[in-house]
Parts: sequence; structure tokens; C-alpha cells
Amino acid sequence: MSIRGKAFVVGAYEHPRRDIPDRTVSEIHAEVASGALADAGLSLRDVDAYYCAGDAPGFGGLSMADYLGLQLRHIDSTETGGSSYEIHVGHAAAAIAAGKVQVALITLAGRPRNGGVQPGGNPGMSGAEGEFENLWGGQIAGYYAMAARRHMHEFGTTSAQLAEVKVAASLHARHNPNAFLRDVVTVDEVLASPMVADPLHRLDCCVITDGGGALGRASPAAARSLARPPVAVLGHGEAVKHTAAGRVDLTHTGAVWSGPAAFEEAGVTPADIDYASIYDSFTITVLQAIEDLGFCAKGEGGRFVSDGGLVAPHGRLPFNTDGGGLCNNHPANRGGMTKLIEAVRQLRGEAHPAVQVPNCRLALAHGTGGSLATRHASATVILGRADA
Amino acid sequence: MTIERTATGLPTRPPHRAFDTEAFWDALAAGRWVVPHCDACGEFFWYPRRLCPLCGVWDRVSYPDASGRGTIYSFSILRKGQGPFRDRAPYVLAYVELEEGPRLMTNVVAADVESLRIGQPVHVVLDPAGEGGDAVYRFAAD
Repeated sequence: MSIRGKAFVVGAYEHPRRDIPDRTVSEIHAEVASGALADAGLSLRDVDAYYCAGDAPGFGGLSMADYLGLQLRHIDSTETGGSSYEIHVGHAAAAIAAGKVQVALITLAGRPRNGGVQPGGNPGMSGAEGEFENLWGGQIAGYYAMAARRHMHEFGTTSAQLAEVKVAASLHARHNPNAFLRDVVTVDEVLASPMVADPLHRLDCCVITDGGGALGRASPAAARSLARPPVAVLGHGEAVKHTAAGRVDLTHTGAVWSGPAAFEEAGVTPADIDYASIYDSFTITVLQAIEDLGFCAKGEGGRFVSDGGLVAPHGRLPFNTDGGGLCNNHPANRGGMTKLIEAVRQLRGEAHPAVQVPNCRLALAHGTGGSLATRHASATVILGRADA
Repeated sequence: MTIERTATGLPTRPPHRAFDTEAFWDALAAGRWVVPHCDACGEFFWYPRRLCPLCGVWDRVSYPDASGRGTIYSFSILRKGQGPFRDRAPYVLAYVELEEGPRLMTNVVAADVESLRIGQPVHVVLDPAGEGGDAVYRFAAD
């Protein structure tokens, strides 16, 4: 059974703040939940399915259902780090398509700037693999840096090409009044920023922000009665890539599996996509995903992102028009929700006019959760206007 | 083959043993460098466990002496350490591809970390960890 066109995004909300010392994580979840439902013209009373990930406090979905007063028939707390929310969109679409639920709510919130969970997760999060990885002083930037260096070694990718990803994000973020970083940067400025973990500079890394976001989902029947332009979920794919018994390959991500599954279900190809939200924990995360999703051949990502390839509205692949995780927002160290929200804005025609893709009919939102160098979940969602 | 212990100067602590990893850590404490091998499918794998992740067979894992040789598959020079590594930067996080096949995460030590290259030959070092005779594995540039 396909989910194509059987579930809609009816509400989307990104918390406007990036530094939130005066709210609990539960409150931020609740604020974005209310925001997304208000956007849809729905209320908490309408929700019968709830999705959250490891950023939800306490007992996760159970604690949040209690806090929000939800009456649920369906719950899913799949945790794959920052890609959890793309996976939730797929799972919610399946539940809606199967007729099990009418209105689904997905929330994300956290406050790493104010004592919350830090980038890379908390110590003790790891499983049996931990003792073979935690002894080496590793950190999240170092893991992604190893993927970047191997990609450079095999394909000749350069630091300047990686910097182009950040430059494009900064050109978009200047139009977003809520963005954490609004200054346009140049390739030279990225390369001159301090080296964090060779070959990644500070400006190759995403921001650390408090905040959150939420989506409201509904069946076609329920969506018809709502005020906002509905956005259809056309396809979804998810995949887990791991160290494969010591045969890890750092030059590709799980998008080589999640992408084709999503495109097949949607019945479209990469060339059909008008706008893409690509997970951008680091610049290399974007470059590898673009190749793996089929926007260009493996190894060609560096050339693809150069010369304004990602700059909206007229680049080869307009991406992350909110400024992405590199400049705008990476709430709770998880960029998957904001990827979905900006894709919805583009399809509604509600992105900033300077970066709105003309006649945007098909959009892709892609998440990469976990670590590029060890284990991660890739999840791809293809969204379309109701007439797509 | 007993490998002489060499302190690298990087932070160490005794490894936390688990039921399914003590054979590995015990070998290192005895001065042996071993890599888990599945006697059912004949493949080396990483990391140690009782279940072979390649063929799914239980309890056919052995720990034969390995060559200790490998090459750098990829690496990063970390410029700012955290926790026990706070004052140790720059240091090198790496994947080493063992001569036996598996790639594993570790540190690579070298007189000049700036000169390291992918593909460079390295050899295992057993780094003393704590007072109880334990060791952890790191690699040094040849």
C-alpha cells in the first residue's frame, strides 16, 4: 500500500526564539504543538495520534500526552536523532492512510543553549559499540570530519566547495528575521574561520539553538475542511546505515536507500523537485546527501554546490531557504523538523519573497540523524501541492 | 605474540568489560592484539561480540592474534578536546583499516600529526590503562 496523496500536512509552526532560558522543554513542545494546530485551524482536542522523539522529556510521548491532555489512539516515538521527524511523517502518513487515525501531531523541542542535551547526545547514550568508540576523545564534528576527508580523498572535493554550502545558507538566512545568524559570509570567511576538526571549520558546523517546531497532519477528508493550503505527502523512505561489522564506507549515507524509496513511492524523479530541504548538521552532510539522493552523480557534489548551485530562487537546486541549520535554527541539535517546515512554506508560497521558488509544486525534505561516521538514519519525504 | 606496552600520552582509562567483550579486553591485558573472527563464516569483524553480525551465528567467535598492521582509512585532527581530552589537542581521531579487513575507530599518534595522510601505514600500540594491567589499543604511524 502506498501513502501517496493519502495524508496531508495541514499545520506547521517553528518556534520564533533561538535562546529560551525561561521555558521548560515540555512548555516548548506544548507551544509548538499549539502553534501548528492553530495554523491548521485545529485544537489539541482534535489530535488522535502523537509522534515525538528522544528530545521529549520524561517518558517521551507518554509524558507529553499527559502534559498536553491528548486522547490518543496511536503513538510513535521512533528515535533516530535529527531525522526522527521525517520518519514520523512517513509513519503518520501510513497510520492515516490505513484509516487508524484522523489528526496526527509531531513535535520537537529542546534548549541546548540553556543546560539541555548537548550536541552529540549525552554520555551513556551509546550501546555495546560505545566502549570501542568513546575512548578516543571523539566528538560529533570529528566524526563528520572523517567523512569529509574521505570524500575529499576519493573525489577531490575541496574545503572551498564545502564552504559554498554555508555561503548559500547565509544568503538565505539574511531574509529570515528569526535566523540565529543573519550575516552573509563568503567562501574565504568560511575557510578563515577556526579549524574545529580538520577539514571542518567552525563555519562548516550548524548553529546550536533552543527552540522547536511542530507539524499537524490530517486525512484528505479532514484536510478539506481546513483553512490553509494542504500539502500532500507523496512519498517517504527511511534507512539505517551502520558500521557494517567493520566495513563502514564514509563516502555515502543512508540516503542511497531512503531516496530511491521515496522517489518511487511519489512517482517522481530528482529532476522534478523544485525545492529541497537538505539536512545540514555540517556542510559535508548536505554534499553527500545531494549525491546520494541522485541530484548529481556520486563524487560530483562539490561541483554541483559551487557557483550558486544551491541559492534560491534560481540555483540548480534551491535549498534550505530559511537559512537551514547552518544559519537559521537547529533546535535541540535536531534539524529534521525545520527542514519539513520550510518545505511546507515553499509549497504554500509562504517562504520569504526573496527566496520563494516560483510555482513550487514539488519539494523534498531530507533528514540525517546520528553520525555520518558510525550509524545514522536517513529519511526522505517528498511533499507536493494539492495539484502536484 | 606479546606486544610491548607503550604509553602514548593520550588520556586512558580501564575499559568497561561486558560479558561479550571480556575475552577481547583480557587478551589486550595479556599483551596480545586480537581481532574478532567468526569461525562459522570465516570473516573478521568489528567490534567484539558473541554474535557474528555478518552471518548471525552465535558463539563461534574466536580471538586470533592479528598482525597489528593497517592503514589510515580516514582521520581528523581535533583542535579542541572535551572532558579528559580538554588539554590534549591537537590529537587525531581516525578509522584504521586493519590488514585483516575491518575498519575501526581509534587514535593515531605521530610525531607530526599535520603530516598524516590517508593510506599511510600504521601499527597497533597497546596503551597502559589504569593500575590493574589493562590496555587500550591505539595506532602509531610507521
